[in-house]
Amino acid sequence: MADKLVVIGAGMASGRALEHLFEDNPGAYDVTLFGAEPRGNYNRIMLSPVLSGEKTYEEIVTHDADWYAEHGVTCRFGETVTSVDRTRKVVTTANGETPYDKLLIATGSAPFIIPVPGKDLPGVMAYRDLDDVNTMLEVAATPGRKAVVIGGGLLGLEAAAGLLEQGMDVTVIHLMGHLMERQLDPAAGFLLKQELEGRGIKVELNAATKAILGEDKVDAVLMEDGRVFDADIVVMAVGIRPETRLATDAGLAVSRGIHIDDQMVTSDPDILAVGECVEHNNTVYGLVAPLYEMAKVVAKTLTGEEAAYTGSLTSTKLKVTGVDLFSAGDFADGEDREEIVLRDAARGVYKRLVIQEDKIVGAVMYGDTQDGSWFFGQLKDGTDIKEMRETLIFGPAFAGGTPLDPMAAVAALPDEAEICGCNGICKGQITTAITSGANTLDLVRQKTKASGSCGTCTGLVEQLLAVTLGDEYAAPAAQPMCKCTDLTHEDVRRLIKSQELKSMPAVWQAGHWKTSCGCAVCRPALNYYLLSDWPDEYQDDPQSRFVNERNHANIQKDGTFSVVPRMWGGITNPTELRAIADAAEKFNVPTVKVTGGQRIDLLGVRKEDLPAMWADLNAAGLVSGHAYAKGLRTVKTCVGTDHCRFGTQDSTGLGIKIEKAMWGSWTPHKVKMAVSGCPRNCAEATCKDVGVICVDSGYEVSVAGAAGMDVKETEMLAKAETEEESLDLIMAFVQLYRENAKYLDRPYKWVAKVGLDWVKERVVDDLDSRAALVARFEHSQSIYQSDPWAARADDATTKKWSPMADLTMEAAE
Amino acid sequence: MNAQTQIAPEVTWIDIGALDDIPVRGARVIRTAAGCVALFRTGADEVFAIDDTCPHKAGPLSEGIVHDRAVTCPLHNWVINLETGMVRGPDEGQVRTYGVKVEAGRILIDPATMSGPT
Repeated sequence: MADKLVVIGAGMASGRALEHLFEDNPGAYDVTLFGAEPRGNYNRIMLSPVLSGEKTYEEIVTHDADWYAEHGVTCRFGETVTSVDRTRKVVTTANGETPYDKLLIATGSAPFIIPVPGKDLPGVMAYRDLDDVNTMLEVAATPGRKAVVIGGGLLGLEAAAGLLEQGMDVTVIHLMGHLMERQLDPAAGFLLKQELEGRGIKVELNAATKAILGEDKVDAVLMEDGRVFDADIVVMAVGIRPETRLATDAGLAVSRGIHIDDQMVTSDPDILAVGECVEHNNTVYGLVAPLYEMAKVVAKTLTGEEAAYTGSLTSTKLKVTGVDLFSAGDFADGEDREEIVLRDAARGVYKRLVIQEDKIVGAVMYGDTQDGSWFFGQLKDGTDIKEMRETLIFGPAFAGGTPLDPMAAVAALPDEAEICGCNGICKGQITTAITSGANTLDLVRQKTKASGSCGTCTGLVEQLLAVTLGDEYAAPAAQPMCKCTDLTHEDVRRLIKSQELKSMPAVWQAGHWKTSCGCAVCRPALNYYLLSDWPDEYQDDPQSRFVNERNHANIQKDGTFSVVPRMWGGITNPTELRAIADAAEKFNVPTVKVTGGQRIDLLGVRKEDLPAMWADLNAAGLVSGHAYAKGLRTVKTCVGTDHCRFGTQDSTGLGIKIEKAMWGSWTPHKVKMAVSGCPRNCAEATCKDVGVICVDSGYEVSVAGAAGMDVKETEMLAKAETEEESLDLIMAFVQLYRENAKYLDRPYKWVAKVGLDWVKERVVDDLDSRAALVARFEHSQSIYQSDPWAARADDATTKKWSPMADLTMEAAE
Repeated sequence: MNAQTQIAPEVTWIDIGALDDIPVRGARVIRTAAGCVALFRTGADEVFAIDDTCPHKAGPLSEGIVHDRAVTCPLHNWVINLETGMVRGPDEGQVRTYGVKVEAGRILIDPATMSGPT
């Protein structure tokens, strides 16, 4: 008589194990199969197509009643095993005991339900089995229903896409900063988010769930930040955990999953385990490929053959129709790792390979995943890719081939091939321009407009110059922004404006960045460009700012900070001075210094004291002086007509008006201004970024001075008759600078590049242009002009800025 | 300090706080008897712990910009590898690293790496 094999769990892992067992050795066992679901084995990973309506349940059944009958399997579906008695070798269900010779545990995993209030309300569900799918379909049958999916991982997104297909209004709430963070890097996560949003799924990142609201059923989801999303159903797809309760109760070795050896045997020699419930070499698997590999070994072990499971490398594809996405291996950055990134903005393609010691260790692809399995093969085999490194990213079709000579490719293009998509310029037009004298990039741009808009075809135009002119063409030594890109700062600014790029990942993709997430050089610049061009849409990224702007204080060489309150036009009063003196004493400020910008610097403040100090200063009406900012610093003034016998105008009053209008604005570099009441120039206005000299007949506004590494006198911009006109000129000038200058170029450097005449045309001569610049500046100010200290003078900031933990006692023991 | 034989085989990792207490591509410090240790969270949500002191001029590394698995010191732009503590060329130097791991959203530090010579 055959030995008795009892199998607990009728899922994909045990199903595949039984298939192998019956193939290898039919009749070796008398099999009894328990399953908690009232049905046999179906292809669980195809639940998403069932939810979206692309497949029916019948189509995904892998083992039907006939199959079980044919192999003599006693099916006990819908019957839950409650305990295992290892001494007597029996399992217990509500119907009594069943003896075994060998036991196979394949209990799979259970969805993780986040422990928030309301998690047990009707309408809150997991996405795990056919019953869940049926419930979702039932709710979706009524038009206009809303679904909230908690979890932006593989499972959550498949659920979201399926629910959308069924006509529901879907919001995905994800705790992390990008979707599918386990499988994707932020760049690919961004593209995925863009695609899903394009389809109509709302995606909320960095969003933590506080509670699920509702009386007798779910009504809405409440976020930690107070936002509320209406919901008729809430799908929890935040993760799974191995279902190990039976094994733990039976006294088997269990940590995260049930411990198994390479033969899939647990700590009891007569009990095997397979699938998502096991832990092999400290690893737990949740994808199907490893389960199938384990299933093979289980069958061999059961029939006494030698086999060993050695762990699996996994790859992932998202099963949402039309979304091509692939990831495999480990794609974290590392010192000994290099990355190869290929982006094709026009086709929406992003590919990234992570290389370590001449081998592929990770791959992420979005938009074109054809080569995914080939890369995965190279990864698993540990192929040495040194020889084909140059062309590796182009996949097997190209691997090991000779790199194409880009010149030859351009030379081979027909005359009617379009080079510049923005302006519709063909190769022929460009070569004609070149042969008729346009022998530099700038001249070609002037003559044909090619590469003058978004700039992505600049490389092609340069190659055409080289091909057409041969040795006569001397390529300009344009300085790329950083090692992540070939584009210059100016190229990037043009690209951001012309293609309306409103996030860093969008710029990286459109600008064909060669790294996945930028670097310490390009991120602060991009953060500035984006917030200056899109004040409404772009969210400032503090982690892409230098230390001083992130903390709203200046770091000193010993790691303490300095605090400089604003003194409008250099005017102060006893109340403010008293508040400053009190703060200096209360926080033990070692140094109090008068700055060159007519205000007071408190040096040597501990970071964790900053918020409390700001609260005290705020209480006396003092706000941040932005002494740390690439933005407006000071407007220095003399006393003017109020007191001075030579004063011609109210220079102090004008200085205060200018400062009140300009403070809080972010600029490419710091901006300092001054207003002098007469040509004696006591406020030293003629070496500032913007200086005003008051004269009897009005106000001389001059710009682009310097008194730092370079010393330079300002140049006359225009003479204004009224204070209002001078203020408009200044706002328009600063806005033009904000919109066009390279990050970290002071105005004098920028004006030297574009020419003062170019500036005058837009700021002085063309009144419409001036008004538009002023309007854009004022709009930006309506968003950014707020005291950063007031926003941070609270306990929450103090907590964030204090040490996370104090281990001085621990280490002393 | 002759307690070699008394050291338990399993170290108890110290719970420092939640992963979410550190901003992505940001850092926080913890105070220890030997000085401040900086905990970094990368874009890929890995956490690393190194001394909060740049080997160049003692700049507070926790205030630098975090990019891939490295941080750029806020004072003079030295770049330090968070994994190894090595300074990226052409500059030279090394910062001490500490054992740290994330489990169920909590950051745990290995006390064994906290003691010993600095």
